[in-house]
Amino acid sequence: MAAHATYAYDVLVIGAGGAGLRAAIEAASAGVTVGLICKSLLGKAHTVMAEGGMAAAMAHNDDRDSWKVHFADTMRGGQYVNNWRMAEIHAKEAPDRVRELEAWGAVFDRTPDGRINQRNFGGHRYPRLAHVGDRTGLELIRTLQDHTTYLGVTVHMEHTVIELVLDGGRAAGVLAYDRERGRFHVFSAKAIVMATGGAGRAYKITSNSWEGTGDGHALAYRAGAELIDMEFIQFHPTGMVWPPSVRGILVTEGVRGEGGVLRNSEGRRFMFDDIPDNYKPQTAADPEEGWRYVMQDKTARRPPELLTRDHVARCINREVKAGRGSPHGGVFLDIAWIKEKIADAPAHIKRKLPSMYHQFKELADLDITTTPMEVGPTTHYIMGGIRVDADSQESTIPGLFAAGECAAGINGANRLGGNSLSDLIVFGKRAGEYAAELARKSPQPRVDEGAVERALAASLAPFERGNAGENPYKVQQDLQEAMQALVGIVRNEGEMQEAVAKLAGFNERASRAGVDGHREYNSGWHTCIDLRNLLDVSEAIARSAIERKESRGGHFREDFPDKVAEFGTFNIATRRQADGSMQVSRRPVKELPAELKQVIEEQKQ
Amino acid sequence: MSQATFRIWRSEPGGGAGQFTDYTTEISEGMVVLDAVHKIQADQAPDLACRWNCKAGKCGSCSAEINGKPKLMCMSRLNSLDLTVPVTVEPMRTFPLIKDLVTDVSWNFRVKKGLKKFKPRTPDAADGTWRMAQRDVDRVQEFRKCIECFLCQDVCHVLRDHDKHDEFIGPRFFVYSAALEMHPLDSDDRLQDLKDKNNIGYCNITKCCTKVCPEHIHITDNAIIPLKERVVDRFYDPVTRLLRMITG
Repeated sequence: MAAHATYAYDVLVIGAGGAGLRAAIEAASAGVTVGLICKSLLGKAHTVMAEGGMAAAMAHNDDRDSWKVHFADTMRGGQYVNNWRMAEIHAKEAPDRVRELEAWGAVFDRTPDGRINQRNFGGHRYPRLAHVGDRTGLELIRTLQDHTTYLGVTVHMEHTVIELVLDGGRAAGVLAYDRERGRFHVFSAKAIVMATGGAGRAYKITSNSWEGTGDGHALAYRAGAELIDMEFIQFHPTGMVWPPSVRGILVTEGVRGEGGVLRNSEGRRFMFDDIPDNYKPQTAADPEEGWRYVMQDKTARRPPELLTRDHVARCINREVKAGRGSPHGGVFLDIAWIKEKIADAPAHIKRKLPSMYHQFKELADLDITTTPMEVGPTTHYIMGGIRVDADSQESTIPGLFAAGECAAGINGANRLGGNSLSDLIVFGKRAGEYAAELARKSPQPRVDEGAVERALAASLAPFERGNAGENPYKVQQDLQEAMQALVGIVRNEGEMQEAVAKLAGFNERASRAGVDGHREYNSGWHTCIDLRNLLDVSEAIARSAIERKESRGGHFREDFPDKVAEFGTFNIATRRQADGSMQVSRRPVKELPAELKQVIEEQKQ
Repeated sequence: MSQATFRIWRSEPGGGAGQFTDYTTEISEGMVVLDAVHKIQADQAPDLACRWNCKAGKCGSCSAEINGKPKLMCMSRLNSLDLTVPVTVEPMRTFPLIKDLVTDVSWNFRVKKGLKKFKPRTPDAADGTWRMAQRDVDRVQEFRKCIECFLCQDVCHVLRDHDKHDEFIGPRFFVYSAALEMHPLDSDDRLQDLKDKNNIGYCNITKCCTKVCPEHIHITDNAIIPLKERVVDRFYDPVTRLLRMITG
């Protein structure tokens, strides 16, 4: 069995969401040859599902905003275990990256004076999210996709990477197969950019598309790269809960930004009942002040519905557990109530939140302009990922870069809404830039044929077992249920140890998975290959979460419900050892320089 | 729990020959056709090919023909279909078949490459930014809602029945062209191309594309007809022609 084709590029980008496309644009613009591999068709990546907007301190709607406030907000949201340098670069460079999109054809919503309009979002002190209604991700991906079309980037659509191959400890290339025909392809590249997104499919209830199987995390991990912060998973507070087939689909935070409120079955706005101390000075005292904030009254503070996602998700969880939930196990998110405040509320809601209106109308037979939605937490985002250098985005493997959700550092323990789209374009650009720079001074590496042969043979093993093997879909479902139940929003030592034990069993079953039929567009086979990645990522999540014996950001432990100062001094890293086992260790959080410490202090008022 | 039967197109490897196969599966409240296809994949036909991604009507991957109508599988609720008879699910017919429900839509990506790209006017402000009014961007934002599901291309008779893929770009790319032509910042001119290369004249405004658009874009009324009018004004208006003859 040999590869069908081989390709050689200066820079190979894996993943064509916002980060991958932005990296490809930057590298191609630097004049090197670029190959782009994506699992789906171009323009379908999970980025299209991002709704609310991209955070950039352009200060269009409130001139008090600046990179310093954005930086401080990001660090506070991440509970200070962020890579401060990434947070700094992100806050400083996001405005230019957003403006650049406009020059490439993106059409953002406007302020009355014709500039890019910015909206309120959880954890952001001022209106900061450049947006297009509630389909900002689609605008981002289409703009980048169309721009890429004219840059000579070679796109390999519907290709899945099976193995990352090194040459003397340095990234050298990958083995991939194309879904359409099931043929194998070998790519060699002087620099590789991982931009594969998240791993939400490790959980049963998730807002992630099928692609979120942690491929980049797992490929890099298996090749020896270090992952950090894997215990930090963001459970978005508002996913759909009914009907069952749509459970987990995202309901944008923009609903709350536009005045939507959360209520329990008793009609109480329970978010007012639990406001963390460090957010008290910035949070509205009563519903009236909260509404004034929505109306962009600069003297008002934000409503508690716009507290950080980790906190809102836990409050919802608490209400449901206390028996004050909605009929299908969520709480009520009500935007229809704004008709008490503004005259043309239904038209306003449809204009501001068109996709949400459409989504509930089509999938739940519910009109959000008249009826409250039922919502509950859904696995949304992984803060953890490949450890990278803040400036260049290079991983611990030379020649391997990472950007976007599969990279880690900027978000710390919890990501603020709107920071992911800006993360994609800020660090996608940097990864592309530094990858191109490295490629220009490097020789074309050799991709070891033996390694390719071994990976290729292993990937075909499920066909030898045929239908007699384990059903890969069943293993995946069991894994998702276990992660949901045992390493979810509320965690404890015993359950997580149980998860680790179960994962060993799933690994064993996955190694016996079998599929029938041909290699062409064989979903069962694809599942076998994705499964390996999900298992590695799940193990990293569980082991890291066991190691962090405190609660912080997206990681909440009922056996250690408080934040512990000592745990704020390090990140948890996972790395594959020579014998194949997973090593968990602690990496000190780099000390903030004095001037940034001062920025944070200034913003604490 | 009730049951329903799905009559799904299964093809032989390499496309070409194929036949409908019936699968009966359990259904529950709120299910969409894509859920049923996934259930069939997991329980009965693991190698059934189906392209999908977001399952929320946002990515435009799971286009198919359900009971003969071009639709997104993820947005087709079972309670909107007659389940007393089998529900047919087949691939889009306008594009070459790859396998089962998956078609080769690469033609669309090639067409886009041939269209003139966005070319902004000089920035309005010294800092390199532009000013635009919301009412001016509203029109373009409608077109930019397109999720590239290609259902409009699938149903367009110029492509589906007359196979004019080499001469005609189809509704999706008229929407794309309209988004650029009506973009407040764009400074390029696509009318000659629309007339001669893209053959917008082939469209006889049957509005089939508008009917199948899952994003409810008014493809015919807001994109194609205004573009046709611009082409007519430029190239066929007698007064303009006369003027052009005089002025050269």
